[in-house]
Amino acid sequence: MNSVVASAVPLFGLFTEPVSVAHYLVVGAILFVSGVACMALKRNALGVLMGIELVLNGANVNFVAFASPYLQGEGSRSLGLDGQVFALFVILLAAAEAAVALAITLNFYNNHATVDVDRADDLKG
Amino acid sequence: MISALSMIAGISTAAPLPVAAINWHSVFFLLFAAIACGFAVAVVAAENVVRMAFYLVLSLGATAGLFFLAGAEFVGAMQLMIYVGGTLVLLVFGVMLTAQAPLVAIKGSGRDRVLAGFVGVALLAVLLQSAFSVKPWRAAAAGMVAEPAATPIGMSLVGVRVDDPAGGAPATNKRPGYMLPFEIVSIHLLVVLVGAAYLARAKRRKTPRAIEVAASVEPPASVAEHASIGRERQRSGSVLAGGRS
Repeated sequence: MNSVVASAVPLFGLFTEPVSVAHYLVVGAILFVSGVACMALKRNALGVLMGIELVLNGANVNFVAFASPYLQGEGSRSLGLDGQVFALFVILLAAAEAAVALAITLNFYNNHATVDVDRADDLKG
Repeated sequence: MISALSMIAGISTAAPLPVAAINWHSVFFLLFAAIACGFAVAVVAAENVVRMAFYLVLSLGATAGLFFLAGAEFVGAMQLMIYVGGTLVLLVFGVMLTAQAPLVAIKGSGRDRVLAGFVGVALLAVLLQSAFSVKPWRAAAAGMVAEPAATPIGMSLVGVRVDDPAGGAPATNKRPGYMLPFEIVSIHLLVVLVGAAYLARAKRRKTPRAIEVAASVEPPASVAEHASIGRERQRSGSVLAGGRS
């Protein structure tokens, strides 16, 4: 029973086994799902923005994990420098996106005195 | 198996802790991963937007630690400087500028919460299944080769590749760098920041301040009134021309 659990769930050897790409993918998946839930759940526009940041960050974790030569097993190849450069670009574009989204949010707040995204229905037909 | 269990159980077992078997790289990975994931979940769970911002800072900072552990020192440093030091400070300023008492904790409905939880768990199950389903991704690394250098990534951004090609291909100088994407991203960033500054610039106020209106006795009526004032201003074009007097 225990050996079945140990082979199915790679949890027991976590402290002794070296880290593989799958570990990073799990972290990226949790960050991504947290971000998606945050975007779906929050009614504050800034909360939605934080969800987007989390999603981009989860994608970044995956990029860096696939780019890293340290996490690959024998014989498998990493993405090389491409993954790191992609991660850099994602960081930069996230900065740009945050600046614009924040400007829109502040504009909306100035006009409507709220940041509740459910109240942003001016364009509703 | 027994030794692994005793390590999980820690001091409570009689067997001595096999310290030599512990992979410290994995230990620090687990530490940073736990901080990143835990505070990411805390961002979702928190109601207060100020706390959400703080949790997000911790989560993204721990992610920078994960980048360092993966050998991407330059990306980790950029994550700390641009993301944690720039973007999140921007976000915190946004929180501070809009943090009126009724807006700090806008609660979602219980139905949304259940739906988001269901979708999140389903998505997480799919992603985890795919993460563990590919065998080369589970293969553990042979050993750490300490070679921290930001030179290859810096040179590649100006179009010169000095890194070893992936997959054992012969190293030539003909491989493409990232000069053009770098230029595109920099122009993009410049344009976006100019646009953001234009969008968010201070406007001349003719009406009572939005904050005072929101804090008055009847929020729905006064907010609707203020919103209609805003729409009139938009219609007459004075919003766009407001700052140019």
